[in-house]
Amino acid sequence: MPKLRLYTLVILLMGLGIGLILYKHFALGFPLSPDDKKSVWTIEAKIDFIARGDPIIVSFALPSETSNIVFIEEDFASPDYGFSELASPTGRRAQWSKRIASGPQTAYYRLSLYETDQINPLPVADLPPEPEKPEFDEVHKTAATTILDQARSKSANTEIFTRELISILNSNAPNQNRSLLLNEQSNEDYKTYLIINLLALEGISARIVRGLYLEDGRRRQSLANFVEVYIGNEWLLFNQNTGESGKPRNFLIWQRGDQSLLDVVGGKNSQISFSIIRNVHSTRNLVVRDSINRQAGIIDFSIYSLPIEQQNAFKMILLLPIGALIVVIMRLLIGIRTSGTFMPILIALALIQTTLLTGIIIFLIVVGTGLLIRAYLSRLHLLFVARISAVIIVVIAIMASISIISNKLGLSQAMTVTFFPMIILSWTIERMSVLWEEDGPREVFIQGSGSLLTAVIAYLFMTNRTIEYLTFNFPELMLVNLALILILGQYTGYRLSELYRFHSLERRNVSGKR
Amino acid sequence: MFLASAKKLRSFGIIGMNQRNFGLISRYNPRHLYPLVDDKLKTKLLAQEAGITVPKLLGTVQYQHDVKLLQEILHSYDQFVIKPVKGSGGKGILVITRHDYNFYFKPSGDAIQLIDIKRHVSNILSGLHSLGGKPDTVMIESLIQLDPVFSDYSYEGIPDIRIIVFRGYPIMAMLRLTTHASDGKANLHQGAVGVGIDMGTGNALYAVQYGESVSHHPDTRKALSDLVIPHWDKLLQLAAACYEMTGLGYLGADLVLDRDQGPMIIELNARPGLSIQVANYAGLAPRVAIIEAIKTIEPDPQLRAAFSKKQFSVDSNIHPPRLLRTRREDPRA
Repeated sequence: MPKLRLYTLVILLMGLGIGLILYKHFALGFPLSPDDKKSVWTIEAKIDFIARGDPIIVSFALPSETSNIVFIEEDFASPDYGFSELASPTGRRAQWSKRIASGPQTAYYRLSLYETDQINPLPVADLPPEPEKPEFDEVHKTAATTILDQARSKSANTEIFTRELISILNSNAPNQNRSLLLNEQSNEDYKTYLIINLLALEGISARIVRGLYLEDGRRRQSLANFVEVYIGNEWLLFNQNTGESGKPRNFLIWQRGDQSLLDVVGGKNSQISFSIIRNVHSTRNLVVRDSINRQAGIIDFSIYSLPIEQQNAFKMILLLPIGALIVVIMRLLIGIRTSGTFMPILIALALIQTTLLTGIIIFLIVVGTGLLIRAYLSRLHLLFVARISAVIIVVIAIMASISIISNKLGLSQAMTVTFFPMIILSWTIERMSVLWEEDGPREVFIQGSGSLLTAVIAYLFMTNRTIEYLTFNFPELMLVNLALILILGQYTGYRLSELYRFHSLERRNVSGKR
Repeated sequence: MFLASAKKLRSFGIIGMNQRNFGLISRYNPRHLYPLVDDKLKTKLLAQEAGITVPKLLGTVQYQHDVKLLQEILHSYDQFVIKPVKGSGGKGILVITRHDYNFYFKPSGDAIQLIDIKRHVSNILSGLHSLGGKPDTVMIESLIQLDPVFSDYSYEGIPDIRIIVFRGYPIMAMLRLTTHASDGKANLHQGAVGVGIDMGTGNALYAVQYGESVSHHPDTRKALSDLVIPHWDKLLQLAAACYEMTGLGYLGADLVLDRDQGPMIIELNARPGLSIQVANYAGLAPRVAIIEAIKTIEPDPQLRAAFSKKQFSVDSNIHPPRLLRTRREDPRA
């Protein structure tokens, strides 16, 4: 059953094409619109310290890549320092080292990243060990227990309890117990550990999280402390100043756990500051770069792996199927007569180079002049092959004169005439003039304008930004296109032009019935 | 109304271009048989073998250097037709009705010289009129003499009769009358008058020019309704016999009536056009459906012609709705 086979093939092609597109869109993050933009954050960490003239080791905690944060680039810079990147169980660390140094020293770490829209479920965290009961002296312990009781009485579960506890510690209302545990001078770290300890007293596991708020143009920033609490198989982030839970927007988690952020051996007065800059990049470029880096099979074996020059050539070639589809639609569904099946596509390609109006004017001038000269050639009694060759030469001469004259007149646009394929123009002229002799100027007009109309429509589609973007970045669209053309090849209904061609029949049959 | 509704056209059984290409040509005409009809010389030889009358072949020119022999071939004939062997749609056909020492006259009275004929011949040889520009052969045929029946209905040319033959059964016929507008050519595109013919009798039914209904020949002003094609049975039989000759399931046979030799075949077409439906004010689909329903094809062309004559005559063709249904329910359709 050939029909069944065809439809199976069509469904297969469609499924494969659309499947690949969806995979690239959802799994690899390819945007479907060329205007899709993403913020790329560039973070620079500057580490300053004063060396004492001893061997120096600087160890600095680095953030790690997660499923929804993609690192584009990492740079480590520090003159004359040896550098290595170490993986430790608690995360990556950068290590700069030097035998002898003295005086002020600086090390830089630069990171570019962007956030993806992917929502990946958090991996189920391992059950942390039972928290060690912290040691409080008698007075502090009483204060702690009172606060915990206070928080517990107002809460129903661990999440609310944690939020309640943080808000008690941050409230401005006079509270002796709080003042005892936390005074105005105590720093952020102290507060973080106090919360962790209080939670431990309650038997709740918690850990410190350091992170950076991403805001454009910020300089001399430091990391903000958060508390992450283990609640029901997962870790939940709490803002230690407000009690809000969850990761804030534009917040980069730099480090988790107790390990120090920065260790400097052989130096003093170490300081770290962050500056942040935001850039807007096309999502597509980011995704392509990322996919190539990760060697995603589908991208690694795609057009992106070609040199840029070939990629540009393919940009054009991949548009041809769209033109072919337009021709199929125009001929099979509309019934427009064109001179030569695919000549319209070639004209459309030339139009892309010359821009629409200039292209059409040039086309008409060349073909018109060509027809006149061809009419003269036909009086010379030439053999066919010689005549068409003569027409080619004439076409070249016309094109050259158009270029030269327009250059003299300062019309640079008309110089794009060279983008028209000469052989095609010559054939068109030859066919048109034969058509003129045999079927009259009317037929020449019909087929000529049919070709031009089809070419213009194909041009409009092929220059559409979105279509151009989609055909190049989703070559799988070709499979969908192929499936569509296969379906159209089955169309046995009337062409639009036939509804006109047979319209007198309808009238006659209707009147015949009366 | 400018456009017909597709639904109505379908209910009249009009076949469109896409359906013709898909449901008729690609299904019933095996590609390898095309050369038999695309090459008019082959068709002519086949027809002669089958005992079918064709215009007499006066000579052929196959090579460019033989063009200079043209005068020798031509000078002994007063009238002749020069045709490309692989031409289509009547392209490249040159008719000469008389000539003197210097000039050759076309039916319109225009005089041309031998050099013009030579140029025409060499154009044909280099493939100007053939499909895809392939090198071609020229054949020179005797001129068909206008049957007096048509003398009131044609202008500077010979009318021809197009009969659509489906699986060996003639299913629809049209007479094409040359006009001044068509330059003496029987080509509807160029303004020839298409006359729908009653399959039962050979009587004219309707006539159209440029797709619009006409009642009189535009040049001779004769009423077309009086027109009856003589030798109608013979014409149908000749057309039916083309099926055995070529093996093509869907073909258009172009026949003419010669004053002296009677009906003859001038050309066969593996992709006959659809204008015949306009001239007949009837769709091909119901007739195709009737023939498709026939299980075994009658081997005798004469009996097939008789079947068609009875089946498709105007009198017996007044129930299109039922026929339409059979077409729709045809599982292969």
